[in-house]
Amino acid sequence: MQPDRPPAAPNRTLLEVRGLTMDFGGIKALDHFDLRIREGEIAALIGPNGAGKTTFFNCLTGMYAPTAGDMLFFLPGRKTVRLNGLKPNKVTEQGLARTFQNIRLFPNMTVLENVMIGRHCRTRARVLGAVFRDPRTRREEREIVRRSYEIIEKIGLADQVNEFARNLPYGAQRRLEIARALATDPVLLLLDEPAAGMNPRETRMLDELICRIRDEGLSILLIEHDMKLVMSLSDHIFVMDYGKKIAEGPPPEVRRNPQVIRAYLGEDIVHDHA
Amino acid sequence: MDYFIELFFSGLTRGSIYALIALGYTMVYGIIGLINFAHGEIYMIGAFTALIVSTVLSIYNMPLAAILVLTVLASAIWAGAYGFTVEKLAYKPLRKAPRLSPLISAIGMSIFLQNYVLLAQTPDFLPFPPLIPEFAFMEPVSGVIGSSELVILTMTTSLMLLLTLFIKFTRLGKAMRATAQDRTMARLVGINVNMIISATFIIGSGLAAIGGLLIASHIGQINFFIGFIAGIKAFTAAVLGGIGSVPGAVLGSFILGLTESFATGYVSSDYEDVFAFSLLVLILIFRPAGLLGKSSAEKV
Amino acid sequence: MARKRTIMIFLRDVRGALLISLWFMFLTFPIMVIKVNPIERTVVWRWDNMAYVGLLSFLLYLAGRQYLKYRERRLESSRRQSMEEKTKRFLRRLSENPVPAYTLMAVAGVFALSFPFVFSTYQTNIMITALMYVVLGLGLNIVVGVAGLLDLGYVAFYAVGAYSYALLNLHFGVGFWFALPIGALLGMTFGILLGFPVLRLRGDYLAIVTLGFGEIIRLILENWNEFSKGPSGISNIPRPGLFGLEMPLETAITYLYFLMIGLVLFTVFVVRRLQDSRIGRAWYALREDEIACQAMGIDKTRTKLTAFALGATWAGMAGVIFAAKTTFINPASFTFLESAIILCIVVLGGMGSIVGVILAALILILLPEYLRAFSDYRMLVFGAVLVLMMVFRPQGLIGHRRRTYTIKPDAGRSGNAA
Ligand SMILES: Nc1ncnc2c1ncn2[C@@H]1O[C@H](COP(=O)(O)OP(=O)(O)OP(=O)(O)O)[C@@H](O)[C@H]1O
Ligand SMILES: [Mg+2]
Repeated sequence: MQPDRPPAAPNRTLLEVRGLTMDFGGIKALDHFDLRIREGEIAALIGPNGAGKTTFFNCLTGMYAPTAGDMLFFLPGRKTVRLNGLKPNKVTEQGLARTFQNIRLFPNMTVLENVMIGRHCRTRARVLGAVFRDPRTRREEREIVRRSYEIIEKIGLADQVNEFARNLPYGAQRRLEIARALATDPVLLLLDEPAAGMNPRETRMLDELICRIRDEGLSILLIEHDMKLVMSLSDHIFVMDYGKKIAEGPPPEVRRNPQVIRAYLGEDIVHDHA
Repeated sequence: MDYFIELFFSGLTRGSIYALIALGYTMVYGIIGLINFAHGEIYMIGAFTALIVSTVLSIYNMPLAAILVLTVLASAIWAGAYGFTVEKLAYKPLRKAPRLSPLISAIGMSIFLQNYVLLAQTPDFLPFPPLIPEFAFMEPVSGVIGSSELVILTMTTSLMLLLTLFIKFTRLGKAMRATAQDRTMARLVGINVNMIISATFIIGSGLAAIGGLLIASHIGQINFFIGFIAGIKAFTAAVLGGIGSVPGAVLGSFILGLTESFATGYVSSDYEDVFAFSLLVLILIFRPAGLLGKSSAEKV
Repeated sequence: MARKRTIMIFLRDVRGALLISLWFMFLTFPIMVIKVNPIERTVVWRWDNMAYVGLLSFLLYLAGRQYLKYRERRLESSRRQSMEEKTKRFLRRLSENPVPAYTLMAVAGVFALSFPFVFSTYQTNIMITALMYVVLGLGLNIVVGVAGLLDLGYVAFYAVGAYSYALLNLHFGVGFWFALPIGALLGMTFGILLGFPVLRLRGDYLAIVTLGFGEIIRLILENWNEFSKGPSGISNIPRPGLFGLEMPLETAITYLYFLMIGLVLFTVFVVRRLQDSRIGRAWYALREDEIACQAMGIDKTRTKLTAFALGATWAGMAGVIFAAKTTFINPASFTFLESAIILCIVVLGGMGSIVGVILAALILILLPEYLRAFSDYRMLVFGAVLVLMMVFRPQGLIGHRRRTYTIKPDAGRSGNAA
């Protein structure tokens, strides 16, 4: 079942999806969808509303059980993992972390606590440790706070560590979701429309942030409707419509693809880049 | 064999009463996604109203037919009014609250109504006058099925038929189905959602009240606590059939009624309620969507 | 002009109140006014009740309107912010300058310690009951308040604890101190056994399954005579001993009282530490958003199970003490209403708030004991409290506050960030 992993190379495949199909009793939200992501790249997944992009993320992260297809995760220096059938928390443990299209923070917890939750799967303390507070637990707890704070600083929310997540402005909430995902030490970061509802300034900050994350060695797959952002950021673009992949390639190529233009007719891509 | 048939009819009778209550649970759940914990109390209040009205009327020497009609009307109307009021007071303000809030509120309402009847009426059992006369033509089969069982079966069956027709063909029924499917969409196409929700509560409560008065007259006594057990059992039936589904509630009710009847008849009557509760726990664990319900993945 | 408008609005409210009171007079007419005796065929008409209902609903409606308007105005005006700020500042002052907090705690401590010596045995007994509910409330608070799992069968685990002590003592002469951990362990075992299959369920189904489970346990205790002695229960359960010492009743009760104080302190200690830990954070997060939690790598079922089992452990422990305190138990002590009372304590106190739960337990248990007039209406009020709290103050008497962290830029922390 598991193919042999090629030796480490800059162009090494990190994630491979083959023939992924998700049937919601009639609606095929994903229809034999294929995708391959290489280590260290920023890939984008675009397509009109209802194309099945979010559904793809949900299948990948174990929220939905796909009807058919394979999802293989090639971890650097580790055994290949088949993601099918893994529970969402196991997927995250393997090194895939995601954000949500409709923000799903923990609104009544503070910014710091939100990010600390991300550290959960990389830490161990259980009930007895929590009650007795042995040195190991205390060390671990300090480490959680330190790492979380570091990430918060990186995304620029250091002034609001003790603020409730619900009180943050919209753009900051989106960035906090990224921070929370980063706290799980992912290898591949999945961002579902991170720029949605952001003003131009916030989008620019996001652009920088994503680049910085990539420079630290993470791979990123993002769903986005903001074509300017997609074109400037991504190394590789996948275009889907009605659950099928209709095109892929580097940005300039995708931009010229007649099928893509047809799928998007009247949308940004025509206006912005024609 | 006679014993088997007797148990069978008593199971059907039980089941049909559960169905009348379960319909209220399932309709409310279908529309606002709430387990209306106070529904059993509405049934109890329906039975009490019936007892009060019929006793008063019989003291004033009304003819039996008039007593029957007026009692059924009064108990359905007042139970409907209670259902309407409970929704407005305890659930409507919580439409947007976290999921558990309306449930806790419903539990509070249930406890409140129980104790309201306890304090205003009595903590003891009250004998319930038999409203349904013994028919002469039922004499030959009285060993296996009594007159009141016959009346209960015909009455519940026709009520359920009426309800089905109502939901299928009337404007209000269609609006109810639309609201159950997608409340936001229903509002957008001009359906008065608040009115639909109220109507659902009123209809469900009225049905439960008729169930309450039928069973009370069949068993012969009531107290303030009858709604609790009956409510949980009817809820079990609704879940068994697939909560939110009207035919499911009816099917589940008959299955539960028959199971209980045979289990108490052949195994042991000490554990009557344990059978129902165990059934509930087992279905929820193994098939939470119920027999006719469809399981759905939560949209992320 | 403005005055005229105020009067107009007031008149509209009065008209609304009249309509409402008419409605309630109609609604409550059969139950409140008529009382029949079906055997003797007599009727009593209690018209005075109708007047009370009318008057009460009239006044309540007006009061409710005023309250809502007040709340709206507060929301609109900027005064709300300054109000909130004021409380915030007050709380901050309290935590920065701990003198008043410590004084308060010292007073409470002295009161608690001297209670059995100042008040009668009867009073002490009541206080023990109240403390028992504090422990139960804090235990359920982990499950409902912190982890957001609505457990309506909490009393089942309480029964498990009580019966394990009673039966172990009856058959094997097991003493209180030995039974206490066994009761706790059995509670936990039952919690895990039930929790494992049901914790996958959605919140409201979980509530109903736990309710069903609680009733099953009670019905089994009631009907399985050979095992539990049925409805007549088990009597002559010994009070807790102290190294085999025989104590007169009064001393035994004082001893039990301090034992309860100890247990409350222990519970508060454990709950506080848990809330402020990796696992406690995961519980809160689970209450906020299960899906996001899973996506963050939290094992939903396992984390829920921990909370559920921990709550059950506490109930088991409280059950053992309950059996030792009353020296007699029967299934009637473990009905759904008991679970509802404990739930009411958690809801009134504020989900997740320790101080709130303690306050609520003391209010809800002590008030009916001391106000006899109130005690008849106890359950009526509990029901109303659940509804009113959900509608008007879902965060409870004392809302839960999140922990804040101070991050020192020095101490080698910024070193790593570079
Ligand atoms: N849980 C579900 N049950 C049934 N249908 C679903 C479910 N989740 C998604 N769908 C359907 O699958 C299709 C694809 O939806 P999806 O959310 O993946 O689109 P999308 O590409 O993310 O669109 P958008 O850009 O608007 O976010 C839609 O038709 C949607 O209605
Ligand atoms: Mg989407």
